Amino acid sequence: MGHIKQGQIAIALVCVVLGIMLAVQYRTTQDIRSTIPYQRVEDLAQRLTQTEKERDSLAKEVEKLRKNASSGEMSHELELIKMGAGTIALTGPGVVVTIDDSKRPSKPGENPNLYLIHDDDILKVINELRAAGAEAIAVNDQRLIATSEIRCAGPTLSVNNAHYAPPYEIRAIGEAQTMENALRLRGGVAETLQFWGIQVTIKTEDKVDIPAYKGSFRFDYAKPVNGEVKQ
Amino acid sequence: MILPIFGLIIGIIIGISFPGSVPSEYAKYMSIAVLASLDSVFGGLRAGTEDKFDNIVFTSGFFTNALLAAGLVYVGDRLGIDLYYVALLAFGLRVFQNLAIIRRYFLKK
Repeated sequence: MGHIKQGQIAIALVCVVLGIMLAVQYRTTQDIRSTIPYQRVEDLAQRLTQTEKERDSLAKEVEKLRKNASSGEMSHELELIKMGAGTIALTGPGVVVTIDDSKRPSKPGENPNLYLIHDDDILKVINELRAAGAEAIAVNDQRLIATSEIRCAGPTLSVNNAHYAPPYEIRAIGEAQTMENALRLRGGVAETLQFWGIQVTIKTEDKVDIPAYKGSFRFDYAKPVNGEVKQ
Repeated sequence: MILPIFGLIIGIIIGISFPGSVPSEYAKYMSIAVLASLDSVFGGLRAGTEDKFDNIVFTSGFFTNALLAAGLVYVGDRLGIDLYYVALLAFGLRVFQNLAIIRRYFLKK
């Protein structure tokens, strides 16, 4: 090496500048690569907030229209149908069941899923409540109606497309004592859940408030059958 | 030969330690300037092998080449002429030519 005698220092100085340029260019390229997904994230976040705003305004409109609709005279039959459909808030005696994840540490080798609440646990409780004659049920703030879903959505629970994290509060109106007994049955739902350390508290209350269903009804496929009802 | 490589390493270290990058819309011009600089450096090395090295020609060539290349590409962009690829080809070809000459020089010795 060292064959090139001339201009070593000049080339070296220029190489310093070239090195700086190369480093800056490298960083710029890296930056560009990382900013494109970021832009996408920003774009999606913006779209989400926009959609949420739209949803909120539409929900307000639904509420307003519903209020207008209910201001007229309501026959007893219509009221019964509305109570059944869950479009009006209800109050009455009943039970409040609070369910929280297990505080017990899972033993090594054991499936930690067993200590978490799943959709089927909630469904079992609700099924038991219905069997015991519950007239209206709400999970957290969501009134359960005929089309309500209850399912796991990652670590949260999705009810009426709203997501909730534990603890879950299930409120039911009905014969309080019967419902409590149904849940506390030996070998029943509460005992099974408590076996895994899941915290279940059942309280009977004289006044349980159940909110109205906040969503709207949509029937894309189902149509009422006109004329005589076939028997 | 050691001194230029040493200088390059120092330059890269300086460049890494100073934060800051070119805005993405100017990255294209920066890249062509880098290529022009590379060409100049290899041209200088080649001149050194042929004993025709001139300090002033080399240093001025380095800076004017880089600035002119970036400037021409910029002007071309404004006028709708994609000079980027022209510069890329011209400089790229010369870099490889110079490299070949330098390689032969070292092989001959």
